[in-house]
Amino acid sequence: MSKIYNLTTPLSKNDVVQLKAGDIVYLSGIIYTARDAAHKKLIDLMDAKEDLPFDVSGSVIYFVGPTPPKPGDPIGSAGPTTSYRMDSYSPRLINEKGLRGMIGKGKRNKEVTDACTKSKAIYFGATGGAGALLARQIKSSKVIAYPELGPEAIRKLEVIDFPLTVINDTYDQDLYKIGRDKYEVK
Amino acid sequence: MREIKYEDIVKSIKDCIIFSGANLPKDALEKMNEAYENEKSPVAKEVLKQLIKNADIASSEEKPLCQDTGLAVFFVKVGEDVKVIGGTLKAAINEGTEKGYIDGYLRASTCEWDTRANLKDTLGYNLPAFIHFDLVKGDELTIEYAAKGGGSENVSRATVMPPAAGRKGVIDYVKKIVSNAGPNPCPPLTVGVGIGGTFEKAVISSKHALFRKLGSVNEDPTLKEMEEELVEELNKLGIGAMGMGGTQTVFGVHIEKNPCHIASLPVSVNVQCHSSRHAVIKL
Repeated sequence: MSKIYNLTTPLSKNDVVQLKAGDIVYLSGIIYTARDAAHKKLIDLMDAKEDLPFDVSGSVIYFVGPTPPKPGDPIGSAGPTTSYRMDSYSPRLINEKGLRGMIGKGKRNKEVTDACTKSKAIYFGATGGAGALLARQIKSSKVIAYPELGPEAIRKLEVIDFPLTVINDTYDQDLYKIGRDKYEVK
Repeated sequence: MREIKYEDIVKSIKDCIIFSGANLPKDALEKMNEAYENEKSPVAKEVLKQLIKNADIASSEEKPLCQDTGLAVFFVKVGEDVKVIGGTLKAAINEGTEKGYIDGYLRASTCEWDTRANLKDTLGYNLPAFIHFDLVKGDELTIEYAAKGGGSENVSRATVMPPAAGRKGVIDYVKKIVSNAGPNPCPPLTVGVGIGGTFEKAVISSKHALFRKLGSVNEDPTLKEMEEELVEELNKLGIGAMGMGGTQTVFGVHIEKNPCHIASLPVSVNVQCHSSRHAVIKL
């Protein structure tokens, strides 16, 4: 039976090891946005042994490229993008920099789920295509790096009760597999 | 000759794009509600509930349904007796697209293939529009529009089978693609299938199939039967809304066919996410 948690960033190891695939998490605090282009730049900085634009340890990265905000709004529509495009970058952020959570949609590869198990990180799913609903839980947004990337720039977001489902936990469980096995008619 | 003003086309396209960005069409909303009623998995049901609420918020706040506001795709039927005054039809569609995406606060999602540089400041905001023209009899201009997101496009595939593969080959191919895609293309899906034609005709037909009204019945009895069989088979895959496991994986399967070469059986599968933003403009 899935459980419901309210968590605040930064996340500790203790915060994430209690979570199991299928659990619901309402996340509050600061999270950072990055898609493939920004991830590539982060990894390039790591290769050059330079500082990253934010403290990755204990942090959560949201894979999103929002629409432009209307005047007066903190952000436009802001739902998750498909996560596999970040698969080649995420393990190093988890294993070497202590990234504790990722928010996206869709399957991750074995390197990512292995890193989640080994270094204690969670892959959360947000509902794809629910960008207007999810934007309501984002209270502020500020571009902190790579403004030239436009929608793909790194943004610092303040979220309140951001609704998430645990897809991959620290015990190598995968909700996509568990859920599908339950309803597949063979 | 019937004259249609360039500016009227620009305005119609612009208004259509802005409206479509924030308002899920009636057919898609009906399918969403139907899936919610029929879904057996509580997790997937919760996802569908969020999506129905999202459609409500998007419409009332005039905010895009999804941050992926897509590439703008058009199928245009131009009557032979239509004359556009003040510019070309293609330029009007592109101008309407750019204005719609800017004024609707939609995302500029076109980029260069290798550098990935966004084209908004060079070619234009979310340009080019992807337009398929067809010349028909009469004096009407019919413009079908859809916003096509990247996640569902990324799982779409095409192949050319040997003719011996036949009906079973097509069914198995569609099943394989939807099964492998799993949660990635944002199910429940509309699955467009193009059978026959040349290689590119199959692909374009599979795209056009996505523009058909959800819930409509195929006029071809053979294709109708295949569509019904595929809906049943695809829902058995257990993928469910956003891939979290469930009984409602597809809103519908739409098949278009074309005559093909005696040596070939081209098949294309174009997948559309649950946020099926499409509209028709008649001028």
